[in-house]
Amino acid sequence: MSILRKLSTNKVALFGLIVLVFLVLVAIFGPYLYETSPWKMVNRPFLPPMENTDLMLGTDTMGRDVLAGLVYGARISLLVGLISTMIALLIGVPLGATAGYFGGWIDEALMRFTEIFQTVPSFALAIVIVAIFEPSVYSITIAIALVSWPPVARLVRGEFLALRNQEYVLAARLNGQTNRNIILREILPNTLSPIIVMASLMVATAILLESALSFLGLGDPEIMSWGYMIGAARTVIRQAWWLSFFPGVAIAITVLALNLVGEGLNEALNPKLSGKRES
Amino acid sequence: MSIQTLFYIAGRLIKGLLVLFVIAIFNFFLIRAAPGDPAKVMAGEAGAADEVFLQQLREQFGLDQPLYYQLWVYISNLVQFDMGQTYRQQMPVFDLIMDRLPATLLLTGTAFVLSLGLGVLVGVIAASNHRKWIDSAISVAALVFYATPLFWLALMAVLLFSVFLGWLPAFGMETVGANYTGWDRVVDIAEHLVLPAMTLGLFFTAVYARMTRTSMIETGRADFVKTAKAKGMSPARVTFRHTLRNALLPVVTLAGLQAGQMIGGAVLTETVFAWPGIGRLMFEALFQRDYNLLLGVFFISSAMVVLFNLVTDIIYCLVDPRIELTK
Repeated sequence: MSILRKLSTNKVALFGLIVLVFLVLVAIFGPYLYETSPWKMVNRPFLPPMENTDLMLGTDTMGRDVLAGLVYGARISLLVGLISTMIALLIGVPLGATAGYFGGWIDEALMRFTEIFQTVPSFALAIVIVAIFEPSVYSITIAIALVSWPPVARLVRGEFLALRNQEYVLAARLNGQTNRNIILREILPNTLSPIIVMASLMVATAILLESALSFLGLGDPEIMSWGYMIGAARTVIRQAWWLSFFPGVAIAITVLALNLVGEGLNEALNPKLSGKRES
Repeated sequence: MSIQTLFYIAGRLIKGLLVLFVIAIFNFFLIRAAPGDPAKVMAGEAGAADEVFLQQLREQFGLDQPLYYQLWVYISNLVQFDMGQTYRQQMPVFDLIMDRLPATLLLTGTAFVLSLGLGVLVGVIAASNHRKWIDSAISVAALVFYATPLFWLALMAVLLFSVFLGWLPAFGMETVGANYTGWDRVVDIAEHLVLPAMTLGLFFTAVYARMTRTSMIETGRADFVKTAKAKGMSPARVTFRHTLRNALLPVVTLAGLQAGQMIGGAVLTETVFAWPGIGRLMFEALFQRDYNLLLGVFFISSAMVVLFNLVTDIIYCLVDPRIELTK
């Protein structure tokens, strides 16, 4: 893979990639290697970090292991981030492609629709959707997807607008290929790199959104998540700083790693757009 | 003002109203799509046991009537600023939101001005030192702030400036029971404003700094900038009189589009700092499961964004004649 090779020459992006791979491994295998349940009371409440070698990060208000919470929380963060981004792509790419390829009133109508979604305060919309449909992994994922697709639609539309009159597309049209074929086989493959870059940055935003929803108490009550841990520790910040500190660091590292990889991909895939050309 | 400009503004106004109409319809169907009796959903956990309150809701929203009639009742109530009552406060939803709105406007307004000013300044510094250590340092800092959850940043600010250092108050908008008046009250509110406005502002500072930097570097390659340099103009003058003036437009445009994001940030910041605005009200509505109030806050905050976009559009079209009026 030449993308991977290009990415590996970019030290910052490589660092992000290594961190990301580590986080994915924790998300997949962590719960098998670190068997303490994040819900189980293992010691006295409010045990500060570093005091007990078995509980390096201390315990929370109910005597639960903070480190176990971090390990188990990685899975939900990455999963929600990944799946909501995929759903957002499934909405945004066809919409943007249709608008950009056909143009005219179809474009006009679809873009007006997109604009409404862009005007609405997205986090508030996500809160409303999750609250009314009861907090669960599903409602959270859907809500995040519903507020994240408009930029995808705009990006894909722009790419299609720029490409639809290229010679190879005209040739395909003269060949008698169907619109569906031209969109899927001729144009779409040429728009993939900006979509990939945007998707990697969207996963990061989705993770931030998920943590913010859980922080407000809109997390899935069955699953331990980083945002929930911070939300539950919010009122005891004066007594126990570590309860909110560590999960926040975990979120920031994950999001930062994804952003670094996203920017690295951007430089590797779109050298012209990265702003690093020039004299 | 030309007739063309008036048409443009009227067009924008109609578009904004259309957006609000769609949101109202969305709210309407959301309540009815939720599982269970819509009256109970609206009343939330606390009010659902009170049969008198439920009956009141059913009558007000015509919940036993056909759907199209309900929609008609809902929209005509909304046009008269009637969004129903809250159970807990026994107050009209609209009045409660209007009560809380000034606090949010103060917080988001301060954060917006702060982040735009600071972000542009930092972005200009980074761009004029392109590829030197200070540029890298600023880029790294912006990346880190961009990745940090806002609510966590708020909590850490409380921990550092309020708990450990004791410099600033961490909760509320005024000192409880102090009953300051006049200038003392202004100072008191300003002290309470520092931490929430800083945390909300820092995230957007990172966003605007990155945008300004990119825009400055791109504008710096334009021919008129080269000409200005070639005729021997001082670098500072080129940066501020030529590059910045032209680089600023896309930044301000994007900043205007971020108004909706600011509302989301306000929900989180106000929750942490117990700032008595509509963001905190949204959290309280969640906590009490008062969905009618929740949807009311959602609608009004969307209306604020629409209004803000309208105002920026009008300012633009008055300030910059290059903007296409037909769009």
